[in-house]
Amino acid sequence: MIDLISKIAIPAIIFFVVFYGFIKKTDVYDNFVEGSKESFKMIYNLFPTLLAMLLAINFLLASNILELISNFITKFVNIPSAVVPLAFLRPISGSSALAILNSIYLNYGPDSYIGKLASVIQGSTETTLYVLSLYFSVIGVKKIKYALKVGLMADLIGFICSIIIVKLFFG
Amino acid sequence: MVNIIWGLFIIIGIIGTIISGKIDTISEITLNSTKEALDMVIKIFPVMALWLGIMNIGIKSGLLKKIACKISPILHFLFPDLDKKDETFGFIASNIVANFFGLGSAATPFGIKAMESMQKKNENKEVATRSMITFLVMNTSGLTAIPTTIIALRMFHGSTNPTEIVLACFLATTISTICALIIDRLFAKRSEKK
Repeated sequence: MIDLISKIAIPAIIFFVVFYGFIKKTDVYDNFVEGSKESFKMIYNLFPTLLAMLLAINFLLASNILELISNFITKFVNIPSAVVPLAFLRPISGSSALAILNSIYLNYGPDSYIGKLASVIQGSTETTLYVLSLYFSVIGVKKIKYALKVGLMADLIGFICSIIIVKLFFG
Repeated sequence: MVNIIWGLFIIIGIIGTIISGKIDTISEITLNSTKEALDMVIKIFPVMALWLGIMNIGIKSGLLKKIACKISPILHFLFPDLDKKDETFGFIASNIVANFFGLGSAATPFGIKAMESMQKKNENKEVATRSMITFLVMNTSGLTAIPTTIIALRMFHGSTNPTEIVLACFLATTISTICALIIDRLFAKRSEKK
């Protein structure tokens, strides 16, 4: 069922949009090309942001400081220590969170309790820092007010919810 | 805010590597980061070009306006600052739907269009508006029904039931999204008072 939806979603959307444009007698081809051109402008704004963020994040990852913090936390809070780095990295770096998830699956197996917990944490949070810097820099907003605070709180809530729900579902 | 975080990451990162005696890795990391950034751009670029093209067909044929008008009052409630017939709602709806079905790469161009459309009516172009923040909070809490990447990765590692976690994921992300939107509203009220 889920597999089917994700397989037909893309062709279905493309078909429907083009079909609707066609019966409304708009210039579907011209409009496609015109819209597609905008991607150059977006990439032009996107590349420097991505570069800056990746550089800063990779420096931070190399410094071991996140490991120190997560070791410190597991001393006080009773959660499986394997998932703490995941919770920490998830808002900062999507690719390193995925790498950690991968190693948890390798070490504990995807069907273990920790494997399930890690899956749900990964699935219920987002790369907040990436999302915020991407969207705001493309449109040129510099003052982001309380956006980062709320975004990080959302990740923390997602993490806590995941622990509780996995305990209820699979515990 | 971003300036401070970025600066701190770089400074702490370099000092940390010096302390842990891995300073020789820094130049390699620097080079790899630039490559990583280019790789990401190369991956995103074609997908973006495709979806922005498809999106433009939808804009010009009036499909997006139609969706925007029909969409449930929930979005009007969430974005009280936007005009009810605003085209932005069409972009926001497309972004949510794409995220919901796990089509993250398609969601990004829709999201950027939504932000650009909100920026057009923004009086102070350098400062984020309330609606922009609400929209991004929804995005950062990761509301999705089908976490495609996780299911694929679970399959790859030989899980006996890769989709077992879908319901738990959905519950966790729904609760966290609702909480995040409540917190966002509290912050918005507080910043309006100032």
